[in-house]
Amino acid sequence: MTTTKSTSKTAGTSGAPMVKAEGVHKSFGPAHILKGIDLEVAPQEVFCLIGPSGSGKSTFLRCINHLEKVNAGRLSVDGELVGYREHNGKLYELRDREVAARRRDIGMVFQRFNLFPHMTAIENVMEAPVQVKGESRSAARERATKLLDRVGLSDKAAGYPSQLSGGQQQRVAIARALAMEPKLMLFDEPTSALDPELVGDVLDVMKDLAADGMTMVVVTHEMGFAREVGDSLVFMDDGVVVESGHPREVLGNPQHERTKSFLSKVL
Amino acid sequence: MSVDVDKSDRSPAGPPPPPPSIKAIPVRHYGRWVAAVVVIAVIVLLGRAFATGNVNWDAIPEYLFNADILKGLRNTLLITLLSMIIGIVLGVILAVMRQSKNPVTSTVAWFYVWFFRGTPVYVQLFLWFNLGLVFQYIDIMPIYKDEWSDFMTPFLCALLGLGLNEAAYMAEICRAGLNAVDEGQTEAAHALGMSHGKTLRRIIVPQAMRVIVPPTGNEVINMLKTSSLVIAVQYYDLLQAAQNVGRDSGVVVEMLILAAAWYLIATTVLSIGQYYLERYYARGSSRQLPPTPLQRAKAKLSGGFHRAGGAA
Repeated sequence: MTTTKSTSKTAGTSGAPMVKAEGVHKSFGPAHILKGIDLEVAPQEVFCLIGPSGSGKSTFLRCINHLEKVNAGRLSVDGELVGYREHNGKLYELRDREVAARRRDIGMVFQRFNLFPHMTAIENVMEAPVQVKGESRSAARERATKLLDRVGLSDKAAGYPSQLSGGQQQRVAIARALAMEPKLMLFDEPTSALDPELVGDVLDVMKDLAADGMTMVVVTHEMGFAREVGDSLVFMDDGVVVESGHPREVLGNPQHERTKSFLSKVL
Repeated sequence: MSVDVDKSDRSPAGPPPPPPSIKAIPVRHYGRWVAAVVVIAVIVLLGRAFATGNVNWDAIPEYLFNADILKGLRNTLLITLLSMIIGIVLGVILAVMRQSKNPVTSTVAWFYVWFFRGTPVYVQLFLWFNLGLVFQYIDIMPIYKDEWSDFMTPFLCALLGLGLNEAAYMAEICRAGLNAVDEGQTEAAHALGMSHGKTLRRIIVPQAMRVIVPPTGNEVINMLKTSSLVIAVQYYDLLQAAQNVGRDSGVVVEMLILAAAWYLIATTVLSIGQYYLERYYARGSSRQLPPTPLQRAKAKLSGGFHRAGGAA
């Protein structure tokens, strides 16, 4: 798996960045969450964000698909500004419909799965292709079946989310995001709400995705995953990027005090 | 019992026999017996009082299917159904308006609910009835022009009075339902690229229904009874029919009892409908739906003997 991975990575790093953040700030009222984030995610890269809770890593992830509005700085995905259109040096806010159109290319997986509880697993996966892309139900069903098979859940297609375990729900959620054939996948602590023995199944699906060359931004506490699969790693604390580099270097030989103290607690 | 004995005889070297089940004297519920005796006594006494009282009981079955009574019943059901449809449709619209980011629509919705919830239906019915004082003619330029009093029939008064009032209550019920859906659902739908409208229609409303349906069933039952107030605008409903028949035939109280019986029958039917509707919208939220009364009865008939044998 690692060999295919490294070849795909070298192929990807030459292109323009998939995600580019320049001085991104975000506050909720008086709370200043992001204090100037600068980073770049290359195509086909697995980019891991780690840090203590409240450091702003989830907020940053949510800014990437405009679930949160950036207050200052520039954030772009695949060369397009998030939430705005630039014309003659002026920024224009995007309409809801335009924001929705951009989100189609960005898949997101949530900590708490957020599957649609009134739909079966396969209906969850079919929903967006049918409703958003206007795909026919039969074509969507065929693809959804393949995706569920890929995440190892072809036998649970007719099950409702409440009948599935957490790990199964999260894998359905990944299949649901993949159904839109995104060019970028965002993972917001995808294994944090899972029982320890269920984490492995979800990580395996993510490793498989990474091996396929999917660009992934992963907020995680799974240092093992970051070390094994990650191409870059950023340690965030208190709304700033403290340290970044290759996962094995940052995790193995942290330079900053804050990184050291954080890693000593979690490793 | 006999099965257990057979098993232990057949395989003495196998697994050890299960420990004997506990034989204890169950708790005696004397309170239940006392309560039952009291209730039966009260029912008997009340029944005797009514039976020997000055009520002409024979008149009730005689008029049960009287043509006028049935016409009143039909009108009551019709006005209930139509005003609930107005109430629900308008209520959903108002609830969505309340949530809108557009300050004009949300204020309009707030004002609507404030007014129609803040005044009694009875008064609102009278107001519709007397609106001719304000508008003498109704003039929808190319298609319709009439005197207000001819346009505003008792039926229309009743329909608008009840329906518009109900919309205010339904709006609040729907708003509570929409708010009850987890925010993560909206985020997940938006992250998939679904528009606001699609998210609402496909994701939020179906889940809100679970919260909205039970109180709406209540509202329907309530509406059925509240509709008796349309007597204020001279609409010929069940109560009006019962009073007319009672006055003409000299059985006033008997007809009121008859009307009560019809109301009870109608609300019972509605309650059964509500049960199955709630069941339908609970799918996906609980792992296993509880059995319907019918299924429970079947299970009891087929499996009851085993359980009875085991308990004995």
